Amino acid sequence: MKRRDFLKKSTGAGLAAGAAISFGRHGKLWANTGERVKYDMVAVMGGNPDAMFDIGIQELGGLSTFIQKGQKVLVKPNIGWDVIPELAANTNPLLVKRTIEQCFRAGAKEVYIFDHTCDNWVNCYKNSGIERAAKDAGAKVVSGDTEKYYQEIEIPGGIRLKRAKVHELLLETDVFLNIPILKHHSSTRMTGALKNMMGVVWDRGYWHSNDLNQCIADYALFEKKPDLNIIDCYNVVVKNGPQGVSREDVVQMRSLILTTDWVAGDTAASKMLNIPTEKIEYIPMAHKLGVGNMNLESLNIRRIKM
Amino acid sequence: MRSPFLRSFRIFFSAIIFICFFIVFADFTNLIPAKYINILLSLQFISSVLKYYDLRTLLSAGFAAVLILTLLTGRSYCSFLCPLGIGQDIFSRIGGRIKKKFRRFGYKKPYTVIRYSLLVITLTVTIVWGVYLLTLLDPFSIFGRFMTFFAKPVVILLNNFVAGILGKFDIYTLSHLDIGGFHLTAYSIPAGFFILVGLLSLTRGRLYCNMICPVGTLLGLLSKVSLFRIKINKSQCSKCGLCSVGCKSSCIDFLNSHVDVSRCVDCFNCIKICPDKAISYGFVNVKRKVHKTDVKKRKFIAASLAMLFGLPYTARSQDKKTLVPTKASTVKEEKTCPVCPPGGNSIEDFNTDCTACSLCITACPNNVLQPALLQYGVKGMMQPVMDYHKSFCTYNCTVCTEICPTNALHPLVLEAKKLTRIGKAIFIKDNCIVKTEKTACGACSEACPTKAVYMVPYEGNLVIPETNNEICIGCGHCEFACPTTPYKAIFVDGLPVHEVAQKPETEKSDIVTPVEFPF
Repeated sequence: MKRRDFLKKSTGAGLAAGAAISFGRHGKLWANTGERVKYDMVAVMGGNPDAMFDIGIQELGGLSTFIQKGQKVLVKPNIGWDVIPELAANTNPLLVKRTIEQCFRAGAKEVYIFDHTCDNWVNCYKNSGIERAAKDAGAKVVSGDTEKYYQEIEIPGGIRLKRAKVHELLLETDVFLNIPILKHHSSTRMTGALKNMMGVVWDRGYWHSNDLNQCIADYALFEKKPDLNIIDCYNVVVKNGPQGVSREDVVQMRSLILTTDWVAGDTAASKMLNIPTEKIEYIPMAHKLGVGNMNLESLNIRRIKM
Repeated sequence: MRSPFLRSFRIFFSAIIFICFFIVFADFTNLIPAKYINILLSLQFISSVLKYYDLRTLLSAGFAAVLILTLLTGRSYCSFLCPLGIGQDIFSRIGGRIKKKFRRFGYKKPYTVIRYSLLVITLTVTIVWGVYLLTLLDPFSIFGRFMTFFAKPVVILLNNFVAGILGKFDIYTLSHLDIGGFHLTAYSIPAGFFILVGLLSLTRGRLYCNMICPVGTLLGLLSKVSLFRIKINKSQCSKCGLCSVGCKSSCIDFLNSHVDVSRCVDCFNCIKICPDKAISYGFVNVKRKVHKTDVKKRKFIAASLAMLFGLPYTARSQDKKTLVPTKASTVKEEKTCPVCPPGGNSIEDFNTDCTACSLCITACPNNVLQPALLQYGVKGMMQPVMDYHKSFCTYNCTVCTEICPTNALHPLVLEAKKLTRIGKAIFIKDNCIVKTEKTACGACSEACPTKAVYMVPYEGNLVIPETNNEICIGCGHCEFACPTTPYKAIFVDGLPVHEVAQKPETEKSDIVTPVEFPF
């Protein structure tokens, strides 16, 4: 290469690079996409559910990293059981409330919540305290109790679960926040982020009769994945899950896990419950399908104690 | 009293009563607290009699108030308080719109034999045997079934229609609801009665009340000695016959200036119609007539009584075998006994008190109560039975026990209901997914509110259900949740006599509040 050519080419490259950088910056200014998420996971311990969420989401760059102005947001808590908040069978209402408030602060146009409950949905919504909390925060509380709201989708690559009927809100919203509660579970041993998706589908019975663990893992292949998983580990049902029978089943762990990788989130959660991760079969299955990473050592985790 | 205001008052009052009953039955949101519903129900004659028979409290003696009211005013109950009667008035009006002839009644002779036979038959069957005939003929129960089977679905359809429109505008205050519906055969009785009562009221005014309804006939007997009644002032009457034509009960014999009080339902239409102002409602001195004994009539009554005393006993002995539980099969899901709702105490008790008004069926937030076909035997048809293939009994709910108008379901406080065992879960291992498919399931254990169904280690990493009947209350959530078909791998067999379950106990876990992240 001649010196002249070298100079020409390097000048060109330099200009292009400079332009790219400056455009990039401007692009960020306009689109408000923020910086890239620095951490794969943020875990917070020792505070109240709402305070832990505030700190955790700040570490991830704020909810505005995930939500753009005018977008519709679906917040999907676990409201599966007709049980009071102290028994921790449903996501902590304080956490749900703060999440919704932060969604609006980040510019969300609408926030919706729903769950396909196991117990009577009216009682679940009411007695879990979530309906009140969500409405106070300004969210729309929607029923998940009739098949009419569910639409058939395909799950490409699913081993046992190839299609499912999911709630229309999942398809119609722009941002999806998965906000499960960590609990012991009688048959899968643990319920967290991945298993919370049993509340967005209509036919759970199919999952139960067609290799429950594989179906849970398969569902994670569906294109509409959570933009953020917020795993409530404040009060944790450590036995007799997923409903719990009495207060003896609940241990106060005062923790919260925020992550974009739900397999990693569930892996961390399994350690909170002190269950060997490979025993919760859907976690290694989901890892194998490539929908997330269960090797926490390879992830950038921020741990905060309040 | 000659004021046309009487009629307006009757229409106004009965409209309110009818709307209240309509709301109580069609309300799918459980908006109205049980105590208000109970006030409304307390004056329903048959329900109140049965409730009083059970409780013997002054508050449950609404029927006595009705009897006193009848002795004072005649059959005003039929026009003011009976929802089926008010409903018939509405139908009769509609009939008049369809064909003028349907509103031109005219005096007719009473169907004496039919109505008194039906009254005697109903009374006898009820006293000797149980409520089984009342189940069919109690006007309130008939009305309740009409509402539950036909009116409520229409209301839900309307709700869904509005909810659909609102949904388009992103408003979710109303939710789409499933209509539910019952087994097709269950519709036969309410449909049959709907045709009967509907056609009669559409074309013949209050003929059903004056020919078939046992409450109408009974109150009609009492009203023969009532203090207030409709009377015709002979000196003012020009015998135009308008009153007779306009009388829904066909009970005004204007030629003889006579009103058959046993059929008059105090609708006060005649007062308004009369151009001579000859008809009034007021205090009447009962003249004692000397009766001739009708030997034929007495023979007939005696014969039918004799027949009726025999009939129930034969029927009873035939029916009994359906309720004796036999040992359950372990392979097929074979129920030996139906599951009767909580508060029923025992199936026998329940069957003898329930008139199948279906208020509990429509009030159940989970739609687990279904009208029975032959689960309880012929005599328990249309009474509510738990159907765990359709739904399950919500742990935190006592609605059905709170609103039962006849006390067939005794009120239960929540803590007592949570320990009321109405059936027992039976696990069929050979049907279970965990055994047949060798994959995890546990839907039953997940659903169990007391953890009477729990999981124990099975092959490899698998866990399989096991049951603890000491703490099982038979709510049926396990059976409902079980995904196997056609037979469930776990089902609830009803208990003929309800039991008290033990309280579920748990110990503290060894997992403690963490101080460090375990990851």
